[in-house]
Amino acid sequence: MAVPLSLNINGEVRAVDVEPRTLLVDFLRDALGLTGTHIGCDTAQCGACTVLLDGHAVKSCNVLAVQAAGAEVTTIEGVTPADGSLHPMQAAFRDHHGLQCGFCTPGMVMSAIDLVRNNPTPNREEIREALDGNLCRCTGYHNIVTAIEAGARTMQR
Amino acid sequence: MYEFAFHRAADLDAAASLLANADDGRVIAGGQTLVAAMKLRLSAPSDLVDISGIASLAGIRVERGAVVIGAMTTHAAVAASADVIRAIPALADLAGTIGDRMVRNRGTIGGSVANNDPAADYPAAVLALGATVITTQRSITADDFFTGMYETALEPGEIITAVSFPIPRRAGYAKFPNPASRYALAGVFVADFETGVRIGITGGGGGVFRDAAFEEALTRNFSPAAIEGLSVYVESLSGDLHASAEYRAHLVGVMAKRAVTAALADR
Repeated sequence: MAVPLSLNINGEVRAVDVEPRTLLVDFLRDALGLTGTHIGCDTAQCGACTVLLDGHAVKSCNVLAVQAAGAEVTTIEGVTPADGSLHPMQAAFRDHHGLQCGFCTPGMVMSAIDLVRNNPTPNREEIREALDGNLCRCTGYHNIVTAIEAGARTMQR
Repeated sequence: MYEFAFHRAADLDAAASLLANADDGRVIAGGQTLVAAMKLRLSAPSDLVDISGIASLAGIRVERGAVVIGAMTTHAAVAASADVIRAIPALADLAGTIGDRMVRNRGTIGGSVANNDPAADYPAAVLALGATVITTQRSITADDFFTGMYETALEPGEIITAVSFPIPRRAGYAKFPNPASRYALAGVFVADFETGVRIGITGGGGGVFRDAAFEEALTRNFSPAAIEGLSVYVESLSGDLHASAEYRAHLVGVMAKRAVTAALADR
């Protein structure tokens, strides 16, 4: 049976009825049309569905939408400035070829933003460790690490 | 995932009565294990009682030679806590190796300890440090708390509110993680107290356990050399597609030495 749910998505309060068994990722994609958050594995391993929940990176396929009641959720759509340009971390992924197919990229960017907010100047080893929960099947991670190093520098400016 | 009713408990009394009125109610804290189990239909509770909004379950404090960690404290918060890093650095280290970054942002100490996964990290620290699990009804010592694979002394409706860890002279944790899941294939926590050394072994068997031979050897001489060649009974360990029992037994010995080395570097 659907229950009322209200939460703040990308700065906007949304009130929608959901079944309690609805996963946060399905709520974002199906109820709100925010399809930038991807479903890769659906078993909380790949990190493609990473969003910020009250400022902390979480896997939205492993959180019930009702658990986020009253919380602030930021998706990849929410990090892009209103003028349509890119967030510095998104720009760094493009500049440093930190993606190939791009499927994992939204989750990578959200994880990277969470990392840099907690550790403004991460070294390459710290970046690799922080990406433990984000899988990429294309790149071998090298350029992703370089992109996050560069994105971190831009975010500090 | 099967249907269920969802309730948000305002306080522990409300949580207890919601659980008492449910056919098959479960507490949900961070949900990092439970939601995944429900997706696989391994778990199908009739009701979920969300305790994340209960203020009394939050926070970390140091008092009378112990670190007391509220049940809803996330692994990330324990790993980053200046109080924990100062008092029991090995415990902060352990919390920082659980799962991955996103899991640590959401998973809680109360949930991990109540779930008692045989390969989880926290049970090793709870047992080795001789911690006390504080619940809505009583205080349970670690030696009495873990009763078997995914089984604990918790009664139906009883909720963990905090875990109190005595501060040792020194401690260390080492684990060999499964590269995919990050759960321990073998993890060893050693804690050196005035009264002797305690060891908690996870990942190897049907649940976290101690080992008298390791503890006696390390109490006599707290060094990796003192446990050179020691191992645990292969028969007490499990073998599966991730590792054979023999390999796990070998890893326990290696991780125990690394944990002692880490403890010696600690102070």
